[in-house]
Amino acid sequence: MVINGVTIDDTFAEAFGMKATRVIITAHNLKWAYHAATAATGFATSVIACGCEAGIERSLEREETPDGRPGASILLFAVSGKELAKQLERRIGQCVLTSPTSAAFAGISEGEPLPLGKNLRYFGDGFQSSKLIAGKRLWRVPVMDGEFLCEETTGTAKAVGGGNFLILASTQAQALAAGEAAVEAMRKMPNVIMPFPGGVVRSGSKVGSKYKTLMASTNDAFCPTIRGITQSELTEDIDAVLEIVIDGLTDADVRGAMHAGIAAVCELGAKHGVRRITAGNYGGKLGQFHFRLHQIMS
Amino acid sequence: MSALTFTLKETLHQRVDLSPLTPDFLKGKSPAEISAIELACGNRRLRVGELFALSGDDACALVIKNSSSKLDRIGQAMNSGSITVHGDAGAYLGFAMKNGAITVHGNVGAYAASAMINGLLHIRGNADDFLAAAIPGERHGMKGGVVIVTGNVGDRTGDHMRRGQVLIEGNTGDFCASRMLAGTIAVLGTAARFAGLGMKRGALLLNTMPADIPATFNDCGLHHLNYLTLLIKSWQALDSKFALLEPRSRVRRYMGDLANAGKGEILVWQ
Repeated sequence: MVINGVTIDDTFAEAFGMKATRVIITAHNLKWAYHAATAATGFATSVIACGCEAGIERSLEREETPDGRPGASILLFAVSGKELAKQLERRIGQCVLTSPTSAAFAGISEGEPLPLGKNLRYFGDGFQSSKLIAGKRLWRVPVMDGEFLCEETTGTAKAVGGGNFLILASTQAQALAAGEAAVEAMRKMPNVIMPFPGGVVRSGSKVGSKYKTLMASTNDAFCPTIRGITQSELTEDIDAVLEIVIDGLTDADVRGAMHAGIAAVCELGAKHGVRRITAGNYGGKLGQFHFRLHQIMS
Repeated sequence: MSALTFTLKETLHQRVDLSPLTPDFLKGKSPAEISAIELACGNRRLRVGELFALSGDDACALVIKNSSSKLDRIGQAMNSGSITVHGDAGAYLGFAMKNGAITVHGNVGAYAASAMINGLLHIRGNADDFLAAAIPGERHGMKGGVVIVTGNVGDRTGDHMRRGQVLIEGNTGDFCASRMLAGTIAVLGTAARFAGLGMKRGALLLNTMPADIPATFNDCGLHHLNYLTLLIKSWQALDSKFALLEPRSRVRRYMGDLANAGKGEILVWQ
């Protein structure tokens, strides 16, 4: 398949089942909502070492938030409900509770409830109080700028993590421009995040390593500087590869985001140095979700 | 189907316990069976048919017409459906009500909404003393649900109240929210003396400064409380003046009663 001069490989992205939740963070203005949301989703690029994958889904208008203030919705993904609960509590406790004027609300009402303010309330040292409003319990924790308002729990969803595609371009700058275009298009899609910095990852990995202690190592087949000494996937006209990783609440969300991202890259086309689009997989034996590029783009 | 309607045939001289007449209990019963239900009246037992003229057949929606302040325990422990009362209602209206809705187009007696667990109780008149309060010997008054009072309420509203919301469009008597344990009482009118006395937790939300604030409440200053925005938002679907309130969160906060744990709050909107 070739779109606007860009070859789409006949391969698939392999993704995994994960547990996810959404939290709505509000604040006095969007700037401070983003300070809290950015901190809460920091150091959350990969479950390999971060505990969870997280990102800002989108900003929210006043009319969309429970307390009528500007906000941001964040999505967190982890390999288990237990790990997700641990990460959620730490991140909301250290990054949202601490952020001036912030409040946190559940962004998903279904599924197994995860503690949101349920344990954080003890920071109130006995001065905390709760309110049951419209069937939802909210905790009011006194803090130095007023009250931290936090819903008791948030819901969970069975989700999909690890959807991906790789952009193969003639130069590093062209690969980066294509990656930015893809992420910009994908950020308009609901229910997905791209957890890596700026939504783009340069250090694609393969499973395993020559070093026994490492469970993942550099994807040497896509590293241009060593293509002469390894079983490279790269032709001579490709000097840079960037990957977009997508986590979504459903496989349809991931598929939709992949389509939007690849379409944006293909719109730049070969004249902007984009040569190929491919995807990362493990032979189809590890992940339960397979996203075939040709199906997505047909 | 039309609402199952009970029209009171005569003026009552003694109080009547109407607790058996709930949608749950009457569902599936024939008019003859309903007419034969016995109601306690003083030391006698009267059949429903002796007191009321029956019409309609939908037991999920009961209507009591020509009602009297001597009809006690209307909607006691009801779990579903609705009861509409045209006229006054006696004491213990909606006592231990579990769900459903009761609307009274008149005044109600003492202890309305006591031990209420859930549902909506709308009083389109005045309520007597001890609205949402615990009956003697009980530790908790109202335990959940929403009560709306269009008119005024008597003394000791919310005494020992444990959970839920009482929304009063008019004025309150003395000792409003006394010994309150939790929940919310909001008043658009004025509160009389000793509001919040003995309050342990919970919130008493006032539109204007009360006649006095007990000495065991401390002024915590003027604040924006974010939760009030959500509270007002949650009232928007109600058939009440509370639904028309503009979102406002700036209040003067008094905390007390310091003689009784002191975690309650009297909030006066600014």
